[in-house]
Amino acid sequence: MKLRTSVIAVLGMAFAAGAAHADINVGVTVSATGPAASLGIPEKNTIALMPTTIGGEKVNYIVLDDASDTTAAVKNTRKLISEDKVDIVLGSTVSPNSLAMIDVVAESGTPMISMAASARIVEPVDEKKRWVFKTPQNDAQMSTAIVEHMTNSGVKTVAFIGFADAYGEGWYEQFSSVADARKLKMVANERFNRNDTSVTGQVLKLMAARPDAILIAGSGTPAALPQKALKERGYTGKIYQTHGVANNDFLRVCGKDCEGTFLPAGPVLVASQLADSNPVKKSAIEYITKYEAAHGKGSVSTFGAHAWDAGVLLAAAAPEALKKAKPGTKEFRTALRDALENVKEVPAAHGIFTMSPTDHLGLDQRSRVMVQIQNGAWKLVQ
Amino acid sequence: MDFQIALLLGQDGITNGAIYALLALALVLVFAVTRVIFIPQGEFVSYGALTLVMIQAGAIPATVWLLLGAGLLAAALDVRLALRAGQPGRLVRLVGWYVAYPLVLVALLYTLPVKDFPMIAQILFALAVVVPMGPLMYRLIYQPIAAAPVLVLLIVSVAVHVAMVGLGLLFFGAEGSRTPPFSDARFEMGPVMVSGQTIWVVVSSLVLIVALYQFFERTLYGKALRATAINRVGARLMGISPALAGRLTFFLAALIGALSGVLIAPITTIYYDTGFLIGLKGFVAAIVGGLGSYPLAAAGALLVGLLEAFSSFWASAHKEVIVFTLIIPVLLWRSLRGRHVEEEE
Repeated sequence: MKLRTSVIAVLGMAFAAGAAHADINVGVTVSATGPAASLGIPEKNTIALMPTTIGGEKVNYIVLDDASDTTAAVKNTRKLISEDKVDIVLGSTVSPNSLAMIDVVAESGTPMISMAASARIVEPVDEKKRWVFKTPQNDAQMSTAIVEHMTNSGVKTVAFIGFADAYGEGWYEQFSSVADARKLKMVANERFNRNDTSVTGQVLKLMAARPDAILIAGSGTPAALPQKALKERGYTGKIYQTHGVANNDFLRVCGKDCEGTFLPAGPVLVASQLADSNPVKKSAIEYITKYEAAHGKGSVSTFGAHAWDAGVLLAAAAPEALKKAKPGTKEFRTALRDALENVKEVPAAHGIFTMSPTDHLGLDQRSRVMVQIQNGAWKLVQ
Repeated sequence: MDFQIALLLGQDGITNGAIYALLALALVLVFAVTRVIFIPQGEFVSYGALTLVMIQAGAIPATVWLLLGAGLLAAALDVRLALRAGQPGRLVRLVGWYVAYPLVLVALLYTLPVKDFPMIAQILFALAVVVPMGPLMYRLIYQPIAAAPVLVLLIVSVAVHVAMVGLGLLFFGAEGSRTPPFSDARFEMGPVMVSGQTIWVVVSSLVLIVALYQFFERTLYGKALRATAINRVGARLMGISPALAGRLTFFLAALIGALSGVLIAPITTIYYDTGFLIGLKGFVAAIVGGLGSYPLAAAGALLVGLLEAFSSFWASAHKEVIVFTLIIPVLLWRSLRGRHVEEEE
């Protein structure tokens, strides 16, 4: 019995070692179930479209689901690093999970690319966060775009309603500070839950403050509820949403109540409407074509594109690291981290990435556009 | 806050309260008859609403496959039992209900243009798919452990809830959906506009409550359920089958859940996991009634609905905290004034 177990163990180790020396192992943890599933599912689908060879080496993707749960994300990360000996971790979908994973990847010296939005994941770059990169735009960048659009169209007072969680709080913090700097007056601040069946109370309070514009900070279809309630109560001012709603399900659920809504978004949302001279257009359309070929027309969402961008970064950095060390070693992981930090002008679906030792996001103004919902479709605001 | 806002909030609270009341009644019923704290009650809300959405979109609702699967499983169990008991005569009926019924439903959904049917027919189809899952769930999961302690039944309920939420994600996807309203009518009541759907919700809840009352007071089956709730052993001695009582109870619970889902789907966006929170608020209401009194549970539901509406106006960030904290003073009050009964195990 003992002999048999040890034989199996030796065989297993031989296989593991064999795999580790030949291939680049990519560990992925996404929130494909639980509250963030609407973001995690397109990300998971996108992983299947990523390159299977980089620089002549085979790439293995090990995809785990963390059920939008912080503990599970940390457990997955530990498992990926200790059992699967991955060279890089991609994930997770939401900010709390990604923040919790930082300690684990820093401890083992494994680079990580997050697909979550919070700026705190990569800022400030310190001893731990030097291993961490992320692809989605910061809320601050998006807030600035909204505030700019508001002030340009004569909005003086604004009310805010957001998720009663990290997403809503984060947005309120960013947005109110930017709005304050631009002399935009916040007149109301409300919260609602993703699963609420009614937001009448909040909406009445918002409308009692008579704002010129209302910003709804929610993600996916739940963000449609306040907007529908506002329209039902006869609100006629401008309504803004965040880039969290940029998928077609939101348009389906919100229907005609969302006509005229403004939101900031990654250029991939309106890729075909971008000017041909826009450097993002080609790389964004590449992703859309690939995703829609696999999952049907109109299935693409901006969330999956964040995962795609993580793949693009990996594909850009890995060849550099391969020159220095073999995959599966500590040297390779360090080299990969260094290469990620030196990525310059890499076109991806959401913008052009240029990393630096102080900037582990690497996106600039080219990573966001203002979009308006017109006739049930996304329309680029010129 | 002026009078008009208070009226609007009150209207909102009553609408939600009506749904919570229905679920609270179902929870009290299930607990009284089978001692099961029925956590998956809310799942029937989501399943009912989202099955209707799929039917309206012209798709075959994925829930019908679950029904067929559960039916096959139950048929296998019961056919074996019937053969062992030497009652081959029961076979036809068993196979008919467990297997043929879902198959006929599938065939109907495939062949008929259900998408273009009037809404009421679509709702009947959705209910026909979702409601039989209640008795099937009792047959497969709760009946084999019917004599287990309350705690075991509760743990099993949690497991069933988690499984149903997972299946819901698989069937319906992560994004929410809505259905068109039953009527676009709007009525002016003093300074407040009341939408037709709100009236539908409140009136249907009232009708359902009255119908349940009639069922328990006037029909043999209703009286059998009441007898089982009061004294299980006594009822059994009088020839009331506990299995039948269980299945009937779960049928009613599933019916109430699915109907609630259909009623609120036009007012709010329903997700695969929406039902849980609605069910939990129904549970708070049922606790107010001590998990035993129907009128108190209904009053509790109204209280929960109104509290929710007004707290969402005053302190939206802490709404859930306020609603669920309600349970603490209620429990305190109940345990201080009620006599303490040891759980019979």
